[in-house]
Formats: sequence, structure tokens, C-alpha cells
Amino acid sequence: MKTLALFVVLLAGAMLVYAGQDLPPFGDSTTDMYQNRVTQRYIAGTEVESGVPNMVTALLANYRGYDTLGETTVIFTAGVAVMLLLRRRET
Amino acid sequence: MSRIQESVIVRTIVRIMVPFIELFALYVIMHGSGGPGGGFQGGVIFGAAIILYAMIYGIAKGKERMPVTLDKILASTGLTIYAGTGLLCLFFGGKFLQYGVVPLLPDDPAEVSALLIDAVEIGIGITVSAVMISLFFDVSPPESEEEELPAELPISTYREA
Repeated sequence: MKTLALFVVLLAGAMLVYAGQDLPPFGDSTTDMYQNRVTQRYIAGTEVESGVPNMVTALLANYRGYDTLGETTVIFTAGVAVMLLLRRRET
Repeated sequence: MSRIQESVIVRTIVRIMVPFIELFALYVIMHGSGGPGGGFQGGVIFGAAIILYAMIYGIAKGKERMPVTLDKILASTGLTIYAGTGLLCLFFGGKFLQYGVVPLLPDDPAEVSALLIDAVEIGIGITVSAVMISLFFDVSPPESEEEELPAELPISTYREA
């Protein structure tokens, strides 16, 4: 069983490394993803519209703010579910 | 059977480290808008500080530091801060979470947006840290099975041992 698990882990790792070969080099500006007009729109608009220099935060909390509110709600709900299922009650 | 860590080195190092880890968590949360970081990461680091303390000093001591009731209140407070920020924007005539409309600094909507993003990050951080701590306490063994150790043993006790 342990050998099987090790085999599965190694296989998954090898697949990830193999897939990683296809990634564009870091900072490459010739990829389709970079030249997509949505990307260009965010790169141009982030600093002016949201006022924060970090683009990830601007997307997370400003452009996709509603999504992040949902994420936080998911974490809160998960916490409450664990509370209800596992918490020992003093009887 | 869970054992409280007895080694005086570990206990002392943890007592020194915990405030710095908490400080670093606050830095990561507040730095979220200017660099790598944010509410989720900072909240987890803050939770890890309390969890580390509870692991070394025992669950009972940890719950003394972070009472279960306070934890419950904090978990929902963070989410309320986030949703409240969104409702504040509705109140001033914008869309939900459209930060620019809030008249905090009258001439610069981008600056207001940056401020409110920080508020939102703080809300996320509070919720995430409270949920992390409550998860740890929920899956930890009951306090009654812990060995009780005095908080501070005199140094002579360790010399004799």
C-alpha cells in the first residue's frame, strides 16, 4: 500500500514537472495571456482606479471584491461547520 | 494523551517568539496593498502564533489567551467589517463594494479606495485568524487529559532534575 502511494505521488510530481516545461519564462511579454486586452486593461487601470500598487490585491479586493466576500464567507462557514460537528459540549 | 512541552528552552523561545509572529502577521495584513501579503496570509500567520502558544503551553492556557467566546465573536466580526464596507458604498450611492464613492477624502476616489481595501483586508484577516484558531481548538484533545505544569518553574527545579 505504501509503495502504491509513493508511486502515485511520484507520478503526480513527474506530471507536474513535465507540465511545467510548457510554462512561458518569467516576465515574458509575448505570451497570449499578457497581450490579451483584459490583462492590458487591468495593468493600465489598477494604479489609477484602485489606488494600490499591488495588482493582486487590487484584483482581489476591488475588481473581484464580491468574489472575495464569498471566499471569506466560505472560510467562516467551514469554521462554523467544524464547530458544530467536532466541538465538545460540556454536559 | 497530550503532553505539555516541558523543555525550558522551547517554552522560553516560544514566549519570546509569539509577539514577533503576531507583529509580523499585522505587517503582512497592512502591507497587503503595497506588496506581497494580504488578509488571508496575515490571518493565517496570526492564527499560527496562537496555535504555537497553545501547542507548547497547553490547550487550557491557549484558551485563556484566546477565549472560545471571543473567537466566535471575532470570526463573525471580520465578515461584518467586509460586508459593512460594501454596504457603506451602497449607502453613499455607489454599487456594492464600489469604494470610490465614499466621501472620506473628497478629491481622490483612488485614495479612498486604497483605504477601504485596507479595511477589507483587516476584516478578512480577523475572520481567517479566528477560524484557524477555532479549528485548532476543535480538533485538539480535551483539556482534562493534559498534564498540568506550573507556568513558571523556579530555575532551581530544573538544576535538580
